[in-house]
Amino acid sequence: MKILFYYVIFPGFLFTAAVGMLASWIDRKVTARIHWRVGPPLLQPLYDFIKLLSKEIIIPKGAARWTFLLSPVFGMAAIVLVSTMLWLAMLEPDNAFSGDLIVILYLLVIPSIAVIVGGFASKNPLASLGASREMKLIMAYELPFILAVFTPVIKADYAIRMGELLSFQLDNGIIFLRYPSCIIAFIVAIMCMQAKLTLVPFDAPEAETEIMAGAYIEYSGAPLGIYKLTRMMMLFTVPMFLVITFMGGIIFEGWHILWGILKYVALLVIIILIRNTSPRVRIDQAVKFFWKYMTVLAIVGVCLAFLGR
Amino acid sequence: MGIKLNALTKSLWVFHLAASPCNNCDIEILDALTPRHDIERFGMLLVGSIKHADIILVTGYVNKKSVIRLKRLYDQAPKPCLVVAVGGCACTGGMFRDGYYYAGPVDKVVPVDAYIPGCPPQPEALIDAVVKVINKLKGK
Ligand code: SF4
Repeated sequence: MKILFYYVIFPGFLFTAAVGMLASWIDRKVTARIHWRVGPPLLQPLYDFIKLLSKEIIIPKGAARWTFLLSPVFGMAAIVLVSTMLWLAMLEPDNAFSGDLIVILYLLVIPSIAVIVGGFASKNPLASLGASREMKLIMAYELPFILAVFTPVIKADYAIRMGELLSFQLDNGIIFLRYPSCIIAFIVAIMCMQAKLTLVPFDAPEAETEIMAGAYIEYSGAPLGIYKLTRMMMLFTVPMFLVITFMGGIIFEGWHILWGILKYVALLVIIILIRNTSPRVRIDQAVKFFWKYMTVLAIVGVCLAFLGR
Repeated sequence: MGIKLNALTKSLWVFHLAASPCNNCDIEILDALTPRHDIERFGMLLVGSIKHADIILVTGYVNKKSVIRLKRLYDQAPKPCLVVAVGGCACTGGMFRDGYYYAGPVDKVVPVDAYIPGCPPQPEALIDAVVKVINKLKGK
């Protein structure tokens, strides 16, 4: 019963959806203000979602019907689970199981995999193009991301549990301000986060000027709404993961809560800034960027961490 | 008014269907997205896929080749979906109405909910038409 409450209401589905919608509204509004426009109203993401739920669902002829319909649901279930685990790790640091960090790293890939599966299932050449680009992007950013996340783990005496990572930072201060290796890892992680969220400059999988909407092209109605909701949730959950691993998480007493929210907002501002000041890179450029520079940088970070920096 | 209808009128995604226009109408549609007019403040977005569309903006002179595409795209759009004919060509055929290749106007092929005359119409006229469509949806 309690677990169901956790999963569906408080740190889980409803909460994540609400905050994710808010974050995506902030993203759109700030983008509009940068363009010198007015921007959408506060409830816009909610309107979009309800509208999509009430529209007709079209399944393309020849598509793999159940794969097509179910893949968005799997993606959303995974991201809700990640969010629940992250918040429970912050609320009850001692209660989590050992190795939850690794589980979260795995679960964070599932939304992207859901997009790939859905794109291939929809039997549209542009959708499979988008899906294959997404696949290349995952292969590009996943290695540096994991290396970057393991740098603070090494610094915190091999704490593979989120709770230990948090209590280490509680005693020793925010980890990325203390060690040069963690600063490097943090920069790498921010770049990988941008690719994980498929935002500009790494939005080649859904480049609307070349392949329309990429893997989403055949989706309409409720499945599209679920994909959009998953994207909004990721905009909240992935930065939250970095807040915990690198910036000490949110401490739930008095003023510390505000300080914790500020950490998240700072990351969101960085995402929006990168998104609005850079052009889209081609997929080969993105792969080159991650393998040539980011992976090397992440390895340097790991080596420095081993050397005690 | 139901919650669904309310959400629909507040988040109309626009698909732009160029049925062989001279491109002036299309440029005026893009003008509506620029900072001066900014239709995103009403929740409207320009989408690339017909499967995401709520409004289809048809521009141009519907000829024997594009009429097949027009029909097919209208059938592919998820309902409820509205059609707006933009520009003199789409409404009546304009000065090309006697051409041997003419197969329009748009309302002969698909049901049209609003007409925007003009060659090309101004972006303000476009926004006005969308307001009329919203009022029609609400049953006013
Ligand atoms: S109405 Fe005028 S501007 Fe529009 S497509 Fe026709 S000729 Fe061009």
